[in-house]
Amino acid sequence: MNISASFQAGRLTVCLSGELDHHEARRALCELDELLDEYLPRDCALDLSGLSFMDSSGVALIVRLQRRMRELGGRVWVENPARQPRRVIDASGVDRLVPVAMTKL
Amino acid sequence: MKAENYIKLDFPSRSSNEAFARTAAAAFAAQLDPTLEELGDIKTAVSEAVTNCIVHAYPDAIGRVHMRLRILPGGMLEILVRDWGKGIEDVEKAMEPLYTTGGEERSGMGFTIMASFMDKLKVRSRPGRGTAVVLRRTIHPRPGRV
Ligand SMILES: Nc1ncnc2c1ncn2[C@@H]1O[C@H](COP(=O)(O)OP(=O)(O)O)[C@@H](O)[C@H]1O
Ligand SMILES: [Mg+2]
Repeated sequence: MNISASFQAGRLTVCLSGELDHHEARRALCELDELLDEYLPRDCALDLSGLSFMDSSGVALIVRLQRRMRELGGRVWVENPARQPRRVIDASGVDRLVPVAMTKL
Repeated sequence: MKAENYIKLDFPSRSSNEAFARTAAAAFAAQLDPTLEELGDIKTAVSEAVTNCIVHAYPDAIGRVHMRLRILPGGMLEILVRDWGKGIEDVEKAMEPLYTTGGEERSGMGFTIMASFMDKLKVRSRPGRGTAVVLRRTIHPRPGRV
């Protein structure tokens, strides 16, 4: 699993790639927290287009990101999840908490 | 039901084995000619079941995790994941969506995801003795397959 981020005009875009499971989750949560502390973004997009696999550890990460962005008073959404992560997002119902945007057609 | 084929795996409850377990399950399931989506579902369910052994069954120690996969008649894949760890007091409650004893890093959605991705989910557990999870999913033959 790999995390990269870009920040522009108040918007933090976090890209996850590879596979996100419990083994990778702690590091992912830490890196995400560091990014939020550093940039204090107004908006945050979680780009999952490069994530080939996630399990419910990814759901926990999305919930945590939503909570932190709510504390910051900002918006958060998931962008372009690949097929398997999309199925996990749908099955968990986390899309009722965080909107999913498909921007690359 | 008589199994047409099976594999058995034993491994220590180290989180680095999560990826191995789901990849091995997918490689075994490949003989049923599943779609990519079916393979993804199998990997996800195995990841959930194995992670539960690692996180919940053996919270402060390394213990034994056993996984058995069987092909049953009619293209049915059966996955058994079991541990000899802590066990679950109230299985029905543990299976409720969002229920977790795991804190911030867990979502409480593991059993919900297993149930929605598989045709059948059965959990047997005894406190102090361990937990066995059985998952079943039928892979239907696809048109055009030889
Ligand atoms: N193998 C296991 N051994 C002991 N407890 C378990 C096991 N699997 C699940 N549990 C219990 O069931 C709860 C729900 O599991 P699950 O739905 O996977 O959510 P999560 O893993 O996110 O907590 C866990 O928090 C734990 O209390
Ligand atoms: Mg779980």
